[in-house]
Amino acid sequence: MDFSFTEEQTLLRNMVQSFVQDNYDFDSRMKIVRSEEGMSRDIWGQFAELGLLAAPFSEELGGLDGGPIDIMVIMEELGRGLVVEPYLPTVVLCGGILSRHASPAQQEANLPGILGGENIWALAYSEPQSRFNAADVLTSAKADGVGYVLNGTKAVVAAAPWADKLIVSARISGEQRDTNGIGLFIVDKSAAGVSTQDYPTVDGNRASEVTFENVAVSGDALIGSADTGLSILEEALDHGIGAICAESLGHMKSLNDATVEYCKTRKQFGVPIGSFQVLQHRMVDMFMEYEQSVSMTYMVNMKLSEGEDERKKASSGAKVQIGKSGRFVGQEAVQLHGGMGMTEELSVGHYFKRLTVIDTQFGNVDHHLKRFASA
Amino acid sequence: MDLSYSAEDNAFREEVRAFIKEAFTPDIVRECERSKNGYISKEAHITWQKRLHAKGWAAPNWPVEHGGAGFTPTQKFIYTHEMEAAGAPHTIPFGMTMVAPVIMKFGTEEQKAQYLPDILASNVWWCQGYSEPGSGSDLASLQMKAEDKGDHFLCNGSKIWTSMAQHADMIFCLVRTSNEGKRQQGISFLLIDMNTPGVSVAPLITLDGPAKDQQEINQVFFEDVKVPKENLVGNLNEGWTCAKYLLEFERGNPYSGGLNRTLGKVRSIASEVQSDGAALIENSDFSARLANLEQQVMVMEATELRIFSDVSAGDNIGPGSSSMLKTRGTELQKDVSELAMQAIGQYGLPFVEDTLASTNESDIGMAGAAPITPIYFNVRKTSIYAGSNEIQRNIIAKAVLGL
Ligand SMILES: Cc1cc2nc3c(=O)[nH]c(=O)nc-3n(C[C@H](O)[C@H](O)[C@H](O)COP(=O)(O)OP(=O)(O)OC[C@H]3O[C@@H](n4cnc5c(N)ncnc54)[C@H](O)[C@@H]3O)c2cc1C
Ligand SMILES: Cc1cc2nc3c(=O)[nH]c(=O)nc-3n(C[C@H](O)[C@H](O)[C@H](O)COP(=O)(O)OP(=O)(O)OC[C@H]3O[C@@H](n4cnc5c(N)ncnc54)[C@H](O)[C@@H]3O)c2cc1C
Repeated sequence: MDFSFTEEQTLLRNMVQSFVQDNYDFDSRMKIVRSEEGMSRDIWGQFAELGLLAAPFSEELGGLDGGPIDIMVIMEELGRGLVVEPYLPTVVLCGGILSRHASPAQQEANLPGILGGENIWALAYSEPQSRFNAADVLTSAKADGVGYVLNGTKAVVAAAPWADKLIVSARISGEQRDTNGIGLFIVDKSAAGVSTQDYPTVDGNRASEVTFENVAVSGDALIGSADTGLSILEEALDHGIGAICAESLGHMKSLNDATVEYCKTRKQFGVPIGSFQVLQHRMVDMFMEYEQSVSMTYMVNMKLSEGEDERKKASSGAKVQIGKSGRFVGQEAVQLHGGMGMTEELSVGHYFKRLTVIDTQFGNVDHHLKRFASA
Repeated sequence: MDLSYSAEDNAFREEVRAFIKEAFTPDIVRECERSKNGYISKEAHITWQKRLHAKGWAAPNWPVEHGGAGFTPTQKFIYTHEMEAAGAPHTIPFGMTMVAPVIMKFGTEEQKAQYLPDILASNVWWCQGYSEPGSGSDLASLQMKAEDKGDHFLCNGSKIWTSMAQHADMIFCLVRTSNEGKRQQGISFLLIDMNTPGVSVAPLITLDGPAKDQQEINQVFFEDVKVPKENLVGNLNEGWTCAKYLLEFERGNPYSGGLNRTLGKVRSIASEVQSDGAALIENSDFSARLANLEQQVMVMEATELRIFSDVSAGDNIGPGSSSMLKTRGTELQKDVSELAMQAIGQYGLPFVEDTLASTNESDIGMAGAAPITPIYFNVRKTSIYAGSNEIQRNIIAKAVLGL
């Protein structure tokens, strides 16, 4: 048993931390969020130069031979900066799927663009009716000669406005919620028949409703087979959970630090408000929520490569924890900041909003408690 | 003990409902349903309040001689409850329920004649200048200065979190007119015309992401603002008495009507949203959460009925009761907004800036979704403003438990 980080991982953390400090302070972040595009291509290019985009991939694939723990370290630090650039969808979700399940030809065609920072990817899996059930797929993929034709709509696809490529779940056979018959397809966003409705999300990110109308893809757009699509997808979503758990640690830590600092300096009734015991206990509870989230985040990221049942139990257990803790920490941080906590001027509210979205992302507490129980 | 209403009360309830049916027109309904912060456009607020005025119901709290509605306490409860249940606009409180009672009690005859009719008719929009950057929970520490210059006060300083100041014609301020003695003793209550040179308003943008000019709160700056002496209400250095009176007058409002309405909305959303091939309402986890809140709102309603019926027996609701209602009511508002957000799942994510201008149909993914997450963000305010819930608990500890 070992909960310590390797020297490389510590160096990685320090590097990302100082990059975020130097290039992604709150004002820079808000400038990026409010810009036309809503992300910075320049920052993305620097991610590539720093090796962040290559970090989790094996050396054979051109990567730096890291894994979930490296992703965890990176995501935690990106969380501290509330970084909006699409590391999660591009590297963790899509890159992860390609590296674990794509054919050598698919990897060769697609991974260099991810590692080099040339391409942004989005995972289009949820649908207007699917809520948190990844198997609830109405988007269809009809075999057509050697290829497929896709039809359907994907909902709230994170980072899709920026993406060049999509991985799309589509039903090759079976009924709406069958677990078999789902395929994952690599689709160019510029392909004929793909259209998007782009919008900002409440946490300062961007997403799209993506519609596929008779989109023709070749047979080698399919990753794995029709019978493995869902399990590949679920595994990717669990990796996503590991990553956003880490991201949320960055948020909670920032909020707890900011709140303690604020309560030490803000004076009312002639004393720092931090001297009121009721606020002290609230901050102690925030601290304990954070610590428990740290434990679960480490645990899930160490279990991502284990057997399916264990992975599911760990990721749902962790997601329940960060859903609850993130909500508590975010809400109380706002409360303890009083009126200041309600404004967009402080970063506090922005962490709170991102934590709110994370609670829903990849399934909320109720969903994962149920999955936890059945895993 | 008797839970039933008298025949007169029931008839009154029907009259309120009939009025709402007629006056709460679709344009105003739409804005109310799509508001992120509980406010609608200035025009819509004024239109609505003028309709109330025409009916004689603009001011349920006022004595009849000033144009008050003349409700009995039970009628007032029914009235507020029905308005809340319908989701009708809240009367902007700053004129009608805040400054007006102070003017009635402490103002001169000239001040009453000058201000009250315009408040009643919603001709003048007021805002409340109490809080300052350094003075929130500890209001008595306020610093905005008003110097006696013979025929006028010269005002310097700033007020913050001022709701709807961008629409306001007038602001009532607590200002410091003396630094001697106890802090409370050097405060005066001053009415200031927002158009006076030296007054400026800067918007503060809240988490819900308001569209331009729809921001809830502002900072108001005063730079060498000359305020005529006749705008002082009550005696110099006795503004704290006015401020306290204002708080006493504001006797906790019922929350259960509004909470029930929002829960009804959550229920109907959950009947439409799909989860694993069935309506979300059939999901046992979700329906348990909903039932849990419905039960708590029933508790709230029973508590309100008990407390307000005591008032009709001539008792004062008292600081303990109003603090309890405020604390529990706002906690429930926050919980209900959270459940509403849970109900819409992924469609809580898309951000729409101007929800008043857009329509249910133009919302992304689900009709009516756009304001739901912003409301969740916005109602965080309810446990912060009007005396934070920590302060309310301090009040109960002190006033009720004697700690
Ligand atoms: C089953 C049992 C076994 C025990 N075993 C041992 C033992 O083996 N050896 C031993 O030495 N003692 C033992 N104790 C005693 C125990 O340590 C004391 O009960 C404990 O320290 C609390 O003291 P008290 O009972 O005097 O309560 P008090 O100290 O009077 O506390 C009363 C309440 O006030 C709260 N309170 C007190 N101070 C504060 C504060 N500053 N801020 C906020 N809240 C406060 C407390 O949390 C508590 O709720 C035992 C007690 C129990 C019940
Ligand atoms: C949306 C909104 C609208 C508002 N509208 C108006 C308006 O129109 N006019 C106006 O004058 N003001 C308005 N306010 C201001 C509001 O009244 C203050 O925000 C409130 O009094 C709290 O003050 P503060 O923000 O300075 O927080 P602080 O007083 O600094 O409080 C910060 C935290 O410390 C806690 N705290 C403070 N003192 C104690 C204590 N003794 N014990 C335990 N905990 C304590 C508080 O509960 C809070 O959690 C508005 C505020 C908001 C958010």
